[in-house]
Amino acid sequence: MTRLDEQATNRDGVRRTVTRTLVVLAGMFAFAFALVPLYDVFCEVTGLNGKTSNTAQVLVHEEVDTSRMVTVQFITRASAGLPWELDVQTRQVRVHPGQSNEVFFTFRNRGGDASRAKAVPSVSPSEASVHLRKLTCFCFQEQRLEGGERLEAPLVFQLTRELPADIKTVTLVYTLYPVQPAQAAVSRRGPIKEGDSA
Amino acid sequence: MRTLLVWMAGGLTSAALTPVALANGWNMPVGVTALSRDIYSLHMIIFWICVVIGVIVFGAMFYSLFRYRHSRGAKAATFHEHTSVEVIWTAIPLLILVGMAVPATATLKNMYDTSEADLDIMVTGQQWRWRYEYLGEDVAFTSNLGTSREQISGADEKGEHYLLEVDEPLVLPVGQKVRLLLTSDDVIHSWWVPDLAVKQDAIPGFVNENWVRIEEPGIYRGQCAELCGKDHAFMPVVVEAVEQERFDEWLVERKQAAAQAAAGVDREWSMEELMERGEQVYGAVCASCHQPDGSGNPPVFPALAGNQPMLDDLDWHVDTVVNGVSGAAMPAFRSTLNAVEIAAVVTFERNAWGNESGDSVQPSEIAERLADQSE
Amino acid sequence: MASHLPPKPTPQHSTATAGGMAEAEHPRPSGLMRWLLTTNHKEIGSLYLIFSLTMFFIGGIFALVVRAELFQPGLQLVRPEFFNQMTTMHGLIMVFGAIMPAFVGLANWMVPLQIGAPDMALPRLNNFSFWLLPVAFTLLLSTLLMPGGGPNFGWTFYAPLSTTYAPPSTTFFILSLHIAGISSILGAINIIATILNLRAPGMRMMDMPLFVWTWLITAFLLIAVMPVLAGVITMMLMDINFGTSFFNAAGGGDPVLFQHLFWFFGHPEVYIMILPAFGIVSAIIPTFCRKRLFGYASMVYATAAIAILSFLVWAHHMFVVGLPLVAELFFMYTTMLIAVPTGVKVFNWVATMFRGSMSFEPPMLFALAFVVQFTVGGFSGLMLAISPADFQYHDTYFVVAHFHYVLVPGALFAILAGAYYWLPKWTGHYPHLRLSQWHFWLSVIGVNLTFFPMHFAGLAGMPRRIPDYALQFADFNLASSLGAILFGASQLLFVLVIIKCVRGGEKAPARAWEGAEDLEWSVPSPAPLHTFETPPEFHPHQH
Repeated sequence: MTRLDEQATNRDGVRRTVTRTLVVLAGMFAFAFALVPLYDVFCEVTGLNGKTSNTAQVLVHEEVDTSRMVTVQFITRASAGLPWELDVQTRQVRVHPGQSNEVFFTFRNRGGDASRAKAVPSVSPSEASVHLRKLTCFCFQEQRLEGGERLEAPLVFQLTRELPADIKTVTLVYTLYPVQPAQAAVSRRGPIKEGDSA
Repeated sequence: MRTLLVWMAGGLTSAALTPVALANGWNMPVGVTALSRDIYSLHMIIFWICVVIGVIVFGAMFYSLFRYRHSRGAKAATFHEHTSVEVIWTAIPLLILVGMAVPATATLKNMYDTSEADLDIMVTGQQWRWRYEYLGEDVAFTSNLGTSREQISGADEKGEHYLLEVDEPLVLPVGQKVRLLLTSDDVIHSWWVPDLAVKQDAIPGFVNENWVRIEEPGIYRGQCAELCGKDHAFMPVVVEAVEQERFDEWLVERKQAAAQAAAGVDREWSMEELMERGEQVYGAVCASCHQPDGSGNPPVFPALAGNQPMLDDLDWHVDTVVNGVSGAAMPAFRSTLNAVEIAAVVTFERNAWGNESGDSVQPSEIAERLADQSE
Repeated sequence: MASHLPPKPTPQHSTATAGGMAEAEHPRPSGLMRWLLTTNHKEIGSLYLIFSLTMFFIGGIFALVVRAELFQPGLQLVRPEFFNQMTTMHGLIMVFGAIMPAFVGLANWMVPLQIGAPDMALPRLNNFSFWLLPVAFTLLLSTLLMPGGGPNFGWTFYAPLSTTYAPPSTTFFILSLHIAGISSILGAINIIATILNLRAPGMRMMDMPLFVWTWLITAFLLIAVMPVLAGVITMMLMDINFGTSFFNAAGGGDPVLFQHLFWFFGHPEVYIMILPAFGIVSAIIPTFCRKRLFGYASMVYATAAIAILSFLVWAHHMFVVGLPLVAELFFMYTTMLIAVPTGVKVFNWVATMFRGSMSFEPPMLFALAFVVQFTVGGFSGLMLAISPADFQYHDTYFVVAHFHYVLVPGALFAILAGAYYWLPKWTGHYPHLRLSQWHFWLSVIGVNLTFFPMHFAGLAGMPRRIPDYALQFADFNLASSLGAILFGASQLLFVLVIIKCVRGGEKAPARAWEGAEDLEWSVPSPAPLHTFETPPEFHPHQH
């Protein structure tokens, strides 16, 4: 092969290598962003980070498992910058897997002005979250209260029979976060989020 | 043969004695729970495995450095591969690691088993303190660094438990399985007590679980283990483990103390009383960000001395202390301070450092604000 | 500008002889423009190395501020807010500004020489890749002067400390990291294109020197993970400025997602920082043992295995975050597994030494110190892999000890070894022997005095990233601070060695070291500006 041919081959090879690496590059960048919804999907399917579903789930009509009881604890908290309070009618209930239950929560806006907030749930142990089905939950959407207003809202839930036998206590923590006005302007219903209910 | 047996016995004895020999401020503590002892054993086993491998590898290396020197006339051999040797020295480490993985897996499974706890504690990380809530007992308080700023700056001599002391420790009963629920109000913190071998991240918006069963009464000290801002080094964890009886007594005492603090709410407080109490609260809770002289550290921590917008709007001032500021380092103190403390500290801030507003806030006003106000 | 430059091209090395690569002799700019516009791999290599050395001293000064505050318990010198900026910037500068560019500089100089290529595949891209770095780091350093200060959330910048609670300068920090990332990516593309396409005829993949192999694999790691870093910091940017909630629970996001994404980049990143070091050491040890590298093929496979496994271990940085049990176990197993190919490499180096004929010139001193001390770092890494035990090690000085051992007497010593090894090729002179030996011994003492006590501080319970500590950690910190001063000061000796070497010294022949085998030793010392314009005759033999 002459020197010129060799260099031409080299240049072609270089062009080919560069094209392929650029494709891989673009792919990995897209992969990084794809990981965000993938992470959510993975967590929803496996329940591994204690996040619960954000849409209403039909309760499974199954026989109540009377052989065991599970303690469900409720913890409520409000974050900084929000003059709201979230209370629950009872700090814990004992339920059978398969049984449907209703618990009432009370929101209070202690501030002078109207504001919005959203309750974000977290379940511990995280393995339990995939077995926690919620038919009705105030956590599915943001709440808006006038200054001084209070609101009672129900949580209707069920722990399925598939809940592992070694889980005897499930803790459900709701944290109230303010919904910023700017975000509210962008989306009427609340902050930008994957998997919001329609 | 006898020599070999003596060496082996010596080796086993020293390995067994290492908890005593090496747990002296240079090594991980053995700790006071069954789990901490398991973790200590795993640590020592993997340590000794590394030592043995190191002795063999470095031994071979230093031997070569000495024996095969060019200056001594060593002539280089020509071998450059040996498949069976390479297979062996790949397989043996692999087997050692598999062997190590078995007890590690068992211990990890044990660590994850939070079921059937006797007591639940909610631990909340805040910038820069811990809050403890005894679920089902209605006892809750914050635990702040107890070391004075004079000790930190060097003006005073440092005490024995410098940076590892708090105003209110977490009191736990010995022998009971305690379930710890961890979360945070702002950034990620991490709750760690080496003697209990418990460390878990406290993540805002999420709750983590862990558990501990302390076997011996005592005071166990730890620190926040995740960078959380400027006072990351100044939010220690102190656990006081006591016998069950004492724990039950303590719970009662604690509830009484809370009731008493709340009782101070109803009466009228004088300016002097408010200023005195306020200065105390300010020093323990606010001064780390807003500085003892109120100068703050703008733009992140506003100055309070000479802060005209604050002085012009009492309502906004109270609201900021009670409800915090979203997305900033200013927490909501409504859950951390009671009505007396909030009234006192607001009064103090409005009159100290030349602020001289003459305003005072009564605890009853704050209590009313915190109480039910449905219209 | 230091004048350790290859001499200006003489007529017989002009581009006209390159046969088709350039039509006629072009007038070369001189002075500043020469360096701004050069597309020559040797000059660009030198630029990277000088840049890296400068950043090393800046990052080192930040470390000395940290160690000065930690000299005694109490807050004496700096406020905690500033201390956090110092620890953060020290990490960022050393990782992205010192270690990575140093390896790129060595690659630029040596890869074309080792494969018999006239230059890199994309010379102009090469120039652009370099000049992005001073821009990126000027921007990064300038954040220290912005209102609110510079980044103060650790080099790992976890959300929400780095998003919701971060200083205003964070957007500039993100921009500077984007620029540096682009530089790395473009450099990696160049290296892959060069290695795959421009090897001398007759050089098969399994004939390449190990430094070339390790850089090829490193370049693939860079292509794979730098875009993930770019993705993460873009998400941060969006959370901070555009109201998204990737990492904010209030909006439905998850701070732990940040950690997964960061460490998916971060773990391969640390292998990016060590694989080229393995390559350098694998060149130096055979040379000074006068014996072929033991197990070339398994060294290549082990490197590839480490690279592949590095994608499967990331959550070992997150053992205490609250991972589900199955994930915790998975990552413990893969992390323990990665110790195997790493150990194989160490055994191969020792087997090279065994029954060799060893001499202890400065490059060899640093390479041998690397083997011992990197292995010590590897042992603490294996201990960290044991997940239950890690609950006691995580975020303590035990981790700080581990990664400093693998990075300082690990990666950095390998870079120093490579510099001492190739300085004769670059400058035509041997480095001053006495000074080099002083540099070596003071560095070894300094580095061990600094970092060995940190193992004990961590086991005794000292957390990371704190400006003040409890009294039982005082002695360990005192020793570390003294060691840091010693180590920092001894690096000035290295600068002296380089300056002297550029200017003069004992003349070095083409084959500067008796046992050196690769292609770079067949060109004159100092190497002319243009080499291998005609591909060399390559006879595959020893590796």
